[in-house]
Amino acid sequence: MARASENIQAVESIAVSTAMPRDYFELMKPGVMRLVVFTAIAGLFIAPGSIPPVIAIIAILCIAIGAGASGALNMWYDADIDAIMTRTAKRPIPDGRVTRQEALSFGLILSFFSVFTLGVLTNWLAAGLLAFTIFFYAVVYSMWLKRLTPQNIVIGGAAGAFPPMIGWAVVTNSVTIESIALFALIFIWTPPHFWALALFKSGDYGKAGIPMMPNVAGNRSTQNQILAYSLLLAPVGFLPYALGFAGISYGVISAVLGIAFVWFAFKCWQMDSNDERMLAAKKLFGFSILYLFALFGVLILEVAVPVAISIFA
Amino acid sequence: MKTDNSKDREMLEAKRRKAQRARNIAIGLCLSAFVVILYVATWAKLGANIMNRPL
Repeated sequence: MARASENIQAVESIAVSTAMPRDYFELMKPGVMRLVVFTAIAGLFIAPGSIPPVIAIIAILCIAIGAGASGALNMWYDADIDAIMTRTAKRPIPDGRVTRQEALSFGLILSFFSVFTLGVLTNWLAAGLLAFTIFFYAVVYSMWLKRLTPQNIVIGGAAGAFPPMIGWAVVTNSVTIESIALFALIFIWTPPHFWALALFKSGDYGKAGIPMMPNVAGNRSTQNQILAYSLLLAPVGFLPYALGFAGISYGVISAVLGIAFVWFAFKCWQMDSNDERMLAAKKLFGFSILYLFALFGVLILEVAVPVAISIFA
Repeated sequence: MKTDNSKDREMLEAKRRKAQRARNIAIGLCLSAFVVILYVATWAKLGANIMNRPL
């Protein structure tokens, strides 16, 4: 921890930069970007209407870069606490590979180009939503909520929920009940996902002074809330089928995975609050990632497979 | 014989140059990609109409 903090100070104090392009790429949080791209593609695929494939690819690229920009801005602002937590201590700024100033400039430049390009090539509603997403993640979540309230990831989760709505808006130039349902799916998924992580990483968050739910309300309360959100998530995950914009395969898979999610949350709820291994929380965390990828994957496949068949048949 | 301090400085300078060159190439590639993207997107959006404009 001390070493990481010293690294930040040492790098800030020298005039030369030895940052390599891959360090900048790391600032963009490629792991988060993958999920953003995936969900944005789903929104874009299932939206009624069509746009030229080239424009669709560029739009996805813009959304990915916009997400990367917000990641860089988050790392710029959170460099002090990233240095303290083992999970984040090896990020480019605390590791001494990139300065905070470089990360800030990088984030701002990418924000501008991604929003501008998306606006010019598609529509300004989609670009506005992307700009708002970056603002929400960098300012509302990182600068304001994260260090203030244990509800940080509940409200901040909205930033991660916007990409499918942006993908939908790219095609339709509108926000409809369908895109709101996709937004709600990720929004409700975020608390059980992050609180499962926070349960077995509470020591890390505590050291950094971040008021995550287990540190503020205790493990038992967090386990209760995880179960409550999971019970809400199962029907929300089923909404795309209930609203008629997803097919039967999505309906079946979302129902099965929704029940499985509740089961994992129930096992987590049953877990002893003082359990040191937190195995049930780790399993829930792992399953939550699979859950979201599977649901959005099915949404994409339901559109992509018939198109592929019609092309190759 | 060089002191440890000057050796360190030389090493840092070499590292800085290598990093700067890599960054320059990356920026060049990104800007080129941006130009290509705008070019391709213009064709995709306007298609044949790109030639159909009052002069």
